[in-house]
Amino acid sequence: MTRTTLAVVALALATAGTAVASPPGTDPLAYPGPAWSPYLVGALIGLLSMATFYFSDKPLGASTAYARLAGMMGKLFAPRHTESLKYYQDFKPKFDWEVMLVIGAVGGAFLAAWLGGEMTGEWLPAMWTARFGEDSLGLRLGAAFVGGGLMAFGARMAGGCTSGHGISGTMQLSVGSWVAVVCFFVGGIATAFLMFRV
Amino acid sequence: MTERNDVTATPSQAVGADQPELSIDKSRPDKDPPTGQSSTGKQLALGLLFGLAFGFLLQKGGVAKYHVLIGVLLLEDFTVIKVMLSAIVVGMIGVFGLYALGLVKLHVKPTRYAANILGGLMFGVGFALLSYCPGTGAAALGQGNFDALAGILGLMAGSYLYAESSGLLGRTVLKWGDRGKLTLPELVRISPATFVLIFASLLVVALVVLERVTIR
Repeated sequence: MTRTTLAVVALALATAGTAVASPPGTDPLAYPGPAWSPYLVGALIGLLSMATFYFSDKPLGASTAYARLAGMMGKLFAPRHTESLKYYQDFKPKFDWEVMLVIGAVGGAFLAAWLGGEMTGEWLPAMWTARFGEDSLGLRLGAAFVGGGLMAFGARMAGGCTSGHGISGTMQLSVGSWVAVVCFFVGGIATAFLMFRV
Repeated sequence: MTERNDVTATPSQAVGADQPELSIDKSRPDKDPPTGQSSTGKQLALGLLFGLAFGFLLQKGGVAKYHVLIGVLLLEDFTVIKVMLSAIVVGMIGVFGLYALGLVKLHVKPTRYAANILGGLMFGVGFALLSYCPGTGAAALGQGNFDALAGILGLMAGSYLYAESSGLLGRTVLKWGDRGKLTLPELVRISPATFVLIFASLLVVALVVLERVTIR
């Protein structure tokens, strides 16, 4: 733990040192913030968690949905092989509550952005372009694909993602969830600094 | 392999699903429940409904935005932390309250130190590269960030790759430092109720401090 704390402190100091020198357009605070208070949104997500526990006997969690979708794809191309994998014996590749949750999340965000006039309709985020240039679509899609791959692999190994561990696991006071979330941020902070501040 | 985990079992086999039960759910959360109750029509509809609300809130909370997510990793925009801690405070009090009333079961994730740390660090590196997470990535796509599509394909590819190695990992990394369903109150040996009250107060203090010292 102390090593983790030291790393975070060191990175915090590094920010203070490099913030002045960061390229124009890579200051996240120069872009619009949330439409609603983050405390209100957090509190409502807390209430939503209570509802999912009560009505569905399920904690909020997103990452397993991608594993089930991948398993369904796998079953199309290599049914016998996919069914032989240990993970897919424990978690059947099928449409379930979590897959619907993720599909719903796409729709809900669309509704929120549309009603709030915040639809983006872009392939490249402005802050990415400010750092990596206008013609960096290939790099962005590659980074997003590799990043998604690492995330999913890591989430499956760690047992959850920023929802499953970060919100649902931590609120149930699971030690493993708190350890995992600290590691999400340690790995993420180190990589983000390498990408944007070096 | 037999389909013993699939939807053929009757709902009556879902022990404790409808009646109050104060002991922690002993079924392994790293496996489907023995009955297929999560894929009944009603539960699929509820999943969709909860998903709509979740995505709506994530978008309104700004955490579907690329710069907000990379901003927390650059330690400049603390929106993500504020959303997460607020959700944890309300959810913790609420879920433990419902649990004390016998209205819900807990689903505590297992603590496996090696897997939590190694998987967590790997997740973190991916988090920075993609800048959306599995939940916020869906929300990012919904608000029109099309780069999230590449991330979603990556999430599926990574999941399948994990499934490929799940046999090996199950015999190795997942066994290292496996402590089962360990919770913080058990670790510090005080009652869950006391722990929740103290911890919720500490998190509220942390939120107040965050509000004072951060620009966003």
